[in-house]
Amino acid sequence: MEDPQDPMKDLENGFDVVVLGTGLTETILSGIMSIEKKRVLHIDSNNYYGGEGASLKISQVFSQFHGEDAKPPPGLNVDRDWNIDLIPKFMMSGGELARILRQVPQVQDNVQFQQIAGSYVYRSSGTGFFGSGKPAIYKVPSTASEAATSSLIGLMEKGRLKSFLEFVASYDGKSSLYQGIDLEKATMKTVYDKFGLEEPTRDFVGHAMALYSNSDHQNLQARSTFNKIRLYASSVALYGRSPYIYPLYGLGELPSAFTRLSAVHGGTYMLNTQVLDFEFTDGKVSGVKLKFENPKKDGEYVDMVIKTPRVLAAPSYVDEPKKKQRTGQQVIRAICVLNHPVKHAEDSCQIIIPNTQVGRKNDIYIAVLSSAHNVCPKGYWLAIVSTIVETDNPHYELKHGFDLLEPIEERFLGKPSPLWEQAGDSSDNIFVSKSLDASSHFESCTDDVKDLYRRMEGKELDIEGLVVAGPSTE
Amino acid sequence: MAQPRASTSSANTRFAQFKLVLLGESAVGKSSLVLRFVKDQFDDYRESTIGAAFLTQTIALDENTTVKFEIWDTAGQERYKSLAPMYYRNANCAVVVYDITQAASLDKAKAWVKELQRQANESIVIALAGNKLDLVTANPSKRAIETADAEAYAKEAGLLFLETSAKTAENVKEMFTAIARKLPTDQVGQRRGPAGGIRPGVDINRQPPNASAAGPCAC
Repeated sequence: MEDPQDPMKDLENGFDVVVLGTGLTETILSGIMSIEKKRVLHIDSNNYYGGEGASLKISQVFSQFHGEDAKPPPGLNVDRDWNIDLIPKFMMSGGELARILRQVPQVQDNVQFQQIAGSYVYRSSGTGFFGSGKPAIYKVPSTASEAATSSLIGLMEKGRLKSFLEFVASYDGKSSLYQGIDLEKATMKTVYDKFGLEEPTRDFVGHAMALYSNSDHQNLQARSTFNKIRLYASSVALYGRSPYIYPLYGLGELPSAFTRLSAVHGGTYMLNTQVLDFEFTDGKVSGVKLKFENPKKDGEYVDMVIKTPRVLAAPSYVDEPKKKQRTGQQVIRAICVLNHPVKHAEDSCQIIIPNTQVGRKNDIYIAVLSSAHNVCPKGYWLAIVSTIVETDNPHYELKHGFDLLEPIEERFLGKPSPLWEQAGDSSDNIFVSKSLDASSHFESCTDDVKDLYRRMEGKELDIEGLVVAGPSTE
Repeated sequence: MAQPRASTSSANTRFAQFKLVLLGESAVGKSSLVLRFVKDQFDDYRESTIGAAFLTQTIALDENTTVKFEIWDTAGQERYKSLAPMYYRNANCAVVVYDITQAASLDKAKAWVKELQRQANESIVIALAGNKLDLVTANPSKRAIETADAEAYAKEAGLLFLETSAKTAENVKEMFTAIARKLPTDQVGQRRGPAGGIRPGVDINRQPPNASAAGPCAC
């Protein structure tokens, strides 16, 4: 009797697209392509989902950072209590990723979200009436009324910042001409000048609200900064406290949920599968050679060429310099396990240390999570400190971040990781996603999703137009 | 930890909802068992996908107690060992299926039971289902796994055990009823309920305020 579900037969038939890597960018796209009824084969070389954006168990983190044989000490060693992110990112609750999730109820069936309780910015010396002169973190005011009461801002400056924020808030997000300013042509500096904002205030707005990680934003087009500030403010307005939400059980839940979306729409998934080679016909990709464990026979590995006219790949699956190039930035990240909350901060939060406050070119970010997010046991906190590498001693560059977290129970120092992007064009029909960047959210990731979709499909991604088969329940 | 959702609509009636996950080698009849239980249908040439994230079915245990199952299918992700931990998470019960005409399928089932005991709730109720009983009834020489062997294993591992046929419906409803009887229907609490249940955390479906109209500032 022929088995209609014979796994090997299914592979021999080939696919419309083979996706390599199960990071968020790739999994969102394979979810969408599966909904659009394409035959999708999705591969990961790891035995878990998420790629560089995975959430790992504590035993996996010990062996990945401290060597194969390293084991967590007693007290930390219950794997099911831990879901440790490899990268520090939160979701902007009014951002694009949240919009995509709202459109796909089947993903929501699998993931729940919790607020991040606070958003802070670091000042190397206190300011305002109550400034103590010591370095401290301050809650980021996100509305005009909060700005009016923040101890972060000098008394005289408060009124000016309030007018500025009201001005930005009433912008419609689209028009190029706004109250006599051509937002396409004018720089942000022009706008700040109009409101007479002081340099520290501009610095604060750019880093803590527009979330630029360096000081260049004053020379950029005003409109993009306006929209970044509006995104921040509208995200805070959604749930209050901070602009961020976070998936319970870790960021790795997002790619996992999209793989399930794809799978219920017919996508085929293979973890622990090595990509050996690509095959080409007339300069276009025609197959991907894989090595994987025979599903019918444990421990036996087979090589097989999967026929496909198109490949979507995360950078780690393609070669430099032909298919990928360095953006020039490298990110350094350190995961810290704490047995106390961060001083003077909420249980979960983002802390931004602006470059200007510590004599750097790039900001240092700290993402703090607690057991309320189901990522660690009660009584523990996880903090990831990250920045863009500027020197030959990248771990030392994180010092200002570590200082805010001490004492640190366990510290896992990553290696500087280069950020990658596609090299050349996609005339060979191999499309390469970007590395997840150093920003604190997923907005650039969803930009990449849209860009890849446009290049692969020759049309714009219409999230609202996705026809998701039936409701998730009966 | 996940709590089953239970509510008491009047003094004597009880309604509880549980997440049930299906596991087992591909082609042992996982989806067919669900289709039989939920829609009382059987299709010989069924494809492995199910099209929905989960299906639901309700069982009345007695006059006062109703149990609703949210039944999650693997959607084929078990084929290459590619199930995410998310699948087992918050599952209150599981049906691990093997094919009584395929000797190796019981070994796979045992591996899934181990995986559940490692990854899922400690209190998870697991049923072992030896499916395709109809094939053996028609032709006893097709049997590859003796009932007594599977039963002995189930007893040792603390599992419910039944031989089933999705095709003839034999023991299908009985199996789900047996699971329902072992679940803590008296436990009042809440668990994540995609099917309209109370969810902790924030409601992702809240629409962002129209920044141009209202503006983010409440001043």
